Amino acid sequence: MTLNPHNWVSAHADYLYSFAITRLNDEEQAKDLVQETFLAALQKVNNFEGKSSERTWLTAILKNKIIDVYRKKSSGLRPVQEKNDEQTVDFFEEDGHWKTEHGPKEFGIEDKDHLVTREFEQILKKCMQKLPALWMAVFTMKHIEDEPTETICAELKVTASNFWVIIHRAKLNLRACLQKNWI
Amino acid sequence: MSHLKKIIYNCKQATYLIEKKSAQRLSFRETVELRIHLYGCSFCRLFSKQSAVINNMVKELFNSSAGSGIHLDDDFKKELQQRIEEELNK
Repeated sequence: MTLNPHNWVSAHADYLYSFAITRLNDEEQAKDLVQETFLAALQKVNNFEGKSSERTWLTAILKNKIIDVYRKKSSGLRPVQEKNDEQTVDFFEEDGHWKTEHGPKEFGIEDKDHLVTREFEQILKKCMQKLPALWMAVFTMKHIEDEPTETICAELKVTASNFWVIIHRAKLNLRACLQKNWI
Repeated sequence: MSHLKKIIYNCKQATYLIEKKSAQRLSFRETVELRIHLYGCSFCRLFSKQSAVINNMVKELFNSSAGSGIHLDDDFKKELQQRIEEELNK
């Protein structure tokens, strides 16, 4: 594998742009990051070992830039304390039971051969946008990028126990939002 | 209340373990606790299913949008390639 910067924009710009925009939901910022990625890549051309494809290599650089954005966005939002958890206190009674009004109800898409409609996808997107930046960052790094937990904790400066609290709350809120808007 | 009783009746803790399980191995004790809870709790069984569906859907959403017709405008691309060429000629 070799690099061909003369061809980068036509070969990878759209891909990198859509990669960034699904993760940041901000067109201007996504554009900036694509540009920064190429420029940073030019500085590192000599480090390219040819073990991965050009696109994979560029995507890795972009990923790091996205994590930087996550980190900046979420730095004002911590710490999430286990004690005064306003976000989950809503779903459960004191003793840990589901509150009657928040108990999970069938979506009708739980079975394997379900057909997820466009409409459901749109609701999912909107619900994801409602998540706080830090939760969204933790959630996507874990479930989309499949990053090791230790990496995410180190990158976003959350403790291991907070990590699971965030993952848990993100899902509870996402699921509740779907239930509210879909059924 | 004994520890075991606590988890049997605690949906908050059970859903926490469900999420943890989706990303890493639970300890033996956690596995047993969760299994006992799910045996008796239809709400959390449903939550568990939905949680997995949501994970898959979010993944699909991210992956499909990566290949689907989002484009940068041509002017931006032209300028971008120009900048790259300039850097290369430095």
